[in-house]
Amino acid sequence: MTMTATAPHEHHEAAGFFRTYLYSTDHKMIAKQYLLLGLIMAVVGGFLSYAMRWQLAWPDTEVPGFGFVGPETFNVLVTNHGTIMVFFVAMPILLGSFGNFLIPLMIGARDMAFPRLNALSFWLLALGSTVLCVSFFVPGGAAPAGWTGYPPLSAKAEYTGVNWGLNLWLLAHAIEFAAFLLGGVNFLTTVVTMRAPGMTMGRLPLVIWQQVAAATLFLLSVGPLIAGAVMLLMDRLVGTGFFIPERGGEPLLWQHLFWFFGHPEVYVVLLPALGAALEVYPVFSRKPVFGYRWIIWATICAGALSFIVWAHHMFVSGMDPRLAMPFSITTILISVPFALTVFAMVASLYRGSISFELPMLWGLGFLAMFTTGGLTGIFLGSAPADIYLNSTYFVVAHFHYTLISAVIFGGYAGIYYWFPKMFGRMLGTRLGQLHFWSTLVFFNLTFFPLHWIGIAGMVRRIANPLQYEMVAPHQWINVFSTLSLLGLVASQLVFFLNFFLSQFRGRPAPANPWNATTLEWTAPSPPPHGNWGASMPAVERWPYEYSAPGADRDWVGQRAPTVEALLRGEGRA
Amino acid sequence: MFLSWLPENISSFGRDIDGIIGLIYYITLAWFVVTMGTLLVFIVRYRRRPGQAAGYVRGERLREAAWILVPCLLILVLDLWIDFKGAAVWAKVKVDLPQSDVHVKVTGKQFNWVVTYPGPDGKFGTEDDKTFLDEMHVPAGKPVRLTLEAKDVIHSFFLPNLRLKQDVLPGRAIPAWLDAMKPGQYEMPCAALCGMGHSGMKATLVVHDATGWATWVAEQWSGEKK
Ligand SMILES: [Cu+2]
Ligand SMILES: [Cu+2]
Repeated sequence: MTMTATAPHEHHEAAGFFRTYLYSTDHKMIAKQYLLLGLIMAVVGGFLSYAMRWQLAWPDTEVPGFGFVGPETFNVLVTNHGTIMVFFVAMPILLGSFGNFLIPLMIGARDMAFPRLNALSFWLLALGSTVLCVSFFVPGGAAPAGWTGYPPLSAKAEYTGVNWGLNLWLLAHAIEFAAFLLGGVNFLTTVVTMRAPGMTMGRLPLVIWQQVAAATLFLLSVGPLIAGAVMLLMDRLVGTGFFIPERGGEPLLWQHLFWFFGHPEVYVVLLPALGAALEVYPVFSRKPVFGYRWIIWATICAGALSFIVWAHHMFVSGMDPRLAMPFSITTILISVPFALTVFAMVASLYRGSISFELPMLWGLGFLAMFTTGGLTGIFLGSAPADIYLNSTYFVVAHFHYTLISAVIFGGYAGIYYWFPKMFGRMLGTRLGQLHFWSTLVFFNLTFFPLHWIGIAGMVRRIANPLQYEMVAPHQWINVFSTLSLLGLVASQLVFFLNFFLSQFRGRPAPANPWNATTLEWTAPSPPPHGNWGASMPAVERWPYEYSAPGADRDWVGQRAPTVEALLRGEGRA
Repeated sequence: MFLSWLPENISSFGRDIDGIIGLIYYITLAWFVVTMGTLLVFIVRYRRRPGQAAGYVRGERLREAAWILVPCLLILVLDLWIDFKGAAVWAKVKVDLPQSDVHVKVTGKQFNWVVTYPGPDGKFGTEDDKTFLDEMHVPAGKPVRLTLEAKDVIHSFFLPNLRLKQDVLPGRAIPAWLDAMKPGQYEMPCAALCGMGHSGMKATLVVHDATGWATWVAEQWSGEKK
C-alpha cells in the first residue's frame, strides 16, 4: 500500500498578495483562512449568546451594546447562536482548519489531493457565512425557528413572521454543506492516495484517523438533510407541502432527516477534537498512546452506531412510541466505544512523565469536560428519563459540555499545540495560563448550574423565565450563569490578545519545539509551500515512539532518515 | 446534586421515571468519580519529576488492554440494566395506556392550550362539549385519557409535576394518559419553540379531589339537558 509522492509543485516563485492570501491553493494558507473565519464567526456567535443570556438573567431590559431583546429577537438569537457555533465555528476550525493543516503535513504530502477544490470549498464556506450574516439585515430579520428549524413553524412565513431571513438561513446551510462535502472528498482522497512511503494506515497518527472518520460520517449523513433543506425551501417558496400536513405533508419527516444527519454531525465536531487531545497526551507525558488500535476500532464502532441512534432526539416527538426503546438501546450502547476511548486516554497518562504545558492543560480539560457531558448524555439517551428531561435546560447543559469540550478545550489543545508550526512562533505562556484557568472556571460556572435549573423544570428557548412559577424561585441560577458567561467571554479576549501579540512578538519557533515524533515536526516552522523542500519524507515506524527501551533519547520520530533506509527496513516498529 | 432539584412528583408513574433518573444518576456518578479520580491520581503520581522516566506502555496487547476493556464490559452490563429497567417504564407511560372514563382533548395553537371535554355523552364533536382556554381540570387518583393535537405548528405538552411530556403535531391525534395523585394547581408550559409567543405559553392544571371534581362537573354541565 505504498503511495508514490507527488512531484513538487512547479510554481514556487514569490506570489502576490492576492495569490498568497486570497486565491491560495496552499493547504496551510487555506487552513489559516478557515481558522480566521471560524474565529470571526465565533465572535458573532458569542455576541449573540451574550445578548441571549442577558435577556435570560434580566428579562426585557436593555442589553448593553445590543439593545432591547424581547421574545421575537430572542428566538432569532437562540436560532442563530446554535447555527453559527455548530456549522460556522466548530466545523471550520476543527475540520476545516485542523484537517487542512494537518493531513498533508502528517501523512507526508505536499498538499491536498485537489488544491483548487480545496480553495473552492473554503470560499463556498465564506459565501455561506456571508449569506447567514446578511440574513440579519433583510426585512423581517433573521431566522427564528430554532437551529433545528422544525416545520411547520419553519415551513410557512406566516407562523414566524419571517420570510427572507429564514430562506437565507436555509440557503446558508445548503452552501455550507456543499463546502464541506467538497472538503470531505478532498480529505478522504488525500489520506487514501497521498501518504508518504511507509505511512501505512497502521502508522497514521490518531488525529488523522479521527479526521478521516469525521469526514466519512459527514459525507454519509449529510445527503438526506440537503434533500430536506431543498424540500423545506420549496415548501416556503413554491408552495409544495412536504412538511405541511394540510397539504398532505409530514412534519416528522424533517426531524428524521435532520437527526439522521444531526447525530453523526456531533461526532464530526467531536472526533477531530478527540484526535487533537490524543496527539497531545503522548507528547507531554512522553509515553505512547495507550491502545492505539483499540481507539481506532472504538471510533469506527461509534461512527457506525451513530447512524442508528438518531431518533433519541425524537422520543416524545409523536413518532410511534414502540420505536423509542430500540433507539434508546443503541444510544446507550454508544457509551461503550466512547468509554473505551476515555479510558484509553486516562491510561495514556499511566507511568508517564507529565508536564503541564498549555496544550496538555487543554487536553486534560477536554477529557474532564467531555466525560461530564458524555455521562449526562446517558440520562437523555434513556427514553423514559427523556420524557421529563427532553427540551429542558438539562439538555442545554449536556450539549454544551460535549460540544464546548470539543470546540473550546479540544480546539485550544490543537491551536496551542500546532500554533508554532502554523505561524512559526510560540504562543505566549503567561496569557495562555490565564486563558486556560479562567476558561475552565468560568465555563463550569456558566454551564453546570444549568443542569439544576433544567431538572427543576425550566424549558429551553423561552425568553422570560420569570413567566414561570416553577422557574422564578431559581432565577438566581440564570443571573449566576450570565455573570459567569461574561467571565467566559472575557477569558476569550485574553486568547485573542495572545494570538495576535504572539504573531509578531512570540518567540520564534524551532522546527520541533515539543520533541514530538510525527512528521509535521520535521518540516520547518512554518513549512514552506510544498512543505518538504527537495526531499520527500519516508516513514519507518508508528507515531508514538516515546521512551522506548534501548533508544538513546525519549523519542524516536516517524520519519526515516532516507527512503533508502526505509527500504532496508531499519528501525521498523 | 441532581435529584433534589426535581419538582414535586404527583403522578402515579412519576415515581418510575424518577426511579430511572435516580438509577442513571448513581451509575453515572460512580463512573464520574472513578474516572476523574483515576485521572487525578495519575496527574499527581506521574507528574514530571527529576529521575523518574516514563514507561513504554502501548496497551495494544490484550493483557494490557484488559485494563480498559474490562471496565467497558461492566459498562455494557450497566447499559443493558438501564435499558431493561427503562423499557418497562417507557411501556407503562407511553405504550400501554390504561382504560379510563375521563377523556380530555388538548389542542396546542399559537399560543394557547385549548382543552376540550366531551361532556356527559362522552363524545367529542357534540353539542355538550365544553372548551377551556389554558385551563385543564382532572380528578385526582383516576387515570385520565388524553388526546393531544395541534392546530398550526409543533407544540409540546409538558406537565413537570406529572413527569409527562408529549410533542403535539398538526394532523395527528396522539393518545396519552396521566393519573394525578394530589389535588392542587400545577403549571403546564409549552416545551417546544412554537413562535414568538412561545415564552409564556402555558396553562394551569387543576387537580380536584373526589368531591371537588363532582362539584366542578356539576357546575359545568348542570342545567344542560343530556
Ligand atoms: Cu444525537
Ligand atoms: Cu411553545
